[in-house]
Amino acid sequence: MISRRQFCRKALLIAGGVALPLAALELFDPKRLRAEKSSKGDRRWVFLVDTHKCVGCGFCVKACKIENDVPYDAKVSRTWVERYVIKKNGETLIDSPNAARDGFTTTRIDQNLAGMLDVRDEEIAKAFFVPKLCNQCDHPPCVQVCPVGATYQTADGVVLVDRKWCIGCGYCIMGCPYGVRFFHPLYHVAEKCTFCYHRLAKGMNSVCVDACPFGARRIGNLRDPEDPVTKIITTERVNVLKEQYGTNPQVFYLGLTMEVK
Amino acid sequence: MKNHVWRPLYIAITLVLIGVVVRFFIVPADFGVHERGYMYGWHRKSNELEWASLPVKYRTEKVCIDCHRDKYADIKDSPHANISCENCHGPNYDHPKNPKALEINRSRSLCLRCHAKLLYKGTLRGSMKGVNPESHYPQAECMMCHYPHNPKRPMQEVKQ
Repeated sequence: MISRRQFCRKALLIAGGVALPLAALELFDPKRLRAEKSSKGDRRWVFLVDTHKCVGCGFCVKACKIENDVPYDAKVSRTWVERYVIKKNGETLIDSPNAARDGFTTTRIDQNLAGMLDVRDEEIAKAFFVPKLCNQCDHPPCVQVCPVGATYQTADGVVLVDRKWCIGCGYCIMGCPYGVRFFHPLYHVAEKCTFCYHRLAKGMNSVCVDACPFGARRIGNLRDPEDPVTKIITTERVNVLKEQYGTNPQVFYLGLTMEVK
Repeated sequence: MKNHVWRPLYIAITLVLIGVVVRFFIVPADFGVHERGYMYGWHRKSNELEWASLPVKYRTEKVCIDCHRDKYADIKDSPHANISCENCHGPNYDHPKNPKALEINRSRSLCLRCHAKLLYKGTLRGSMKGVNPESHYPQAECMMCHYPHNPKRPMQEVKQ
């Protein structure tokens, strides 16, 4: 028979053992500390979207899909353009037919099951286009939830997916507050915008930046004070999406309004 | 401790050892914590190079200039100067080796991406020249009248 004293002692011991985090059992690795200290490199890719300049032509989406081998007719895309039509009665209508791959060629707004909704010009209070892509957050929730280390952030801030390592559990797709991740229809792993990492590595721009005829999309290096994009971000009135999630997104917008989600 | 405790314990220890050995062979040497620290930088380092070494398809208009100097001069002297060649003609890849010829897209939908009139004030689209595609010669190709490389020059003049 176990005594009361023994019972209390053992119960406390077990509770203490359970509460001990796994990390406490890990041996200290000096390499890890050095890695964490030296994470301030000379490059941090950031993106700037000027919604005033976007006309909704969708050339960015077309170029992105082809450049990055995202099946052209599949209903998924690494980037897309949203149309916001805010009516004078306060109603907000949003659509992005086919991710705006073929642009916006009609005044009718795609409302899925409700069909195409026609809005007369007189009813419109304001209307505009908002390009969306991965925010390459400084605190990416998609990376935190990956159970196998398949998605990660590089030293220059881009979040990538290791296609050989991804098990396709889909946590990251659910974890992203911006909905930029999806399953690749061919590779069956998580897929996302990489800022065209292969083009950046060759000193080029992301393909959507090169495809945009109006300069609505721009990419720059936040660690370079002379970079024109950095100058705009640090001196002008820019905004980010869903700041309240604490993800610290690195895609900055000019001309956002409160209707944009 | 008694034998009936040790026997299952041996099995447990063997299983753990097998796990450790298997992990040693499966996990690549470059898998670990990298620049972004324990929380965001836990990955296989060589995957970064795999992404960086993908081929470029849209090689920008810099590669078009040398051979298509006339077309390039035409479009740069027009309101369409800001449109990259590859937006309408498709990605360059290894042209002229592969593909030998690029696409010539005469479809109305290509022009309507920008020139379907949408009266959205406060955006560039609202002030751009546009038509109602349902009433503006719906059966005709835009190119019958408009020269895409320089819409200011009428098509008749270009054809001569």
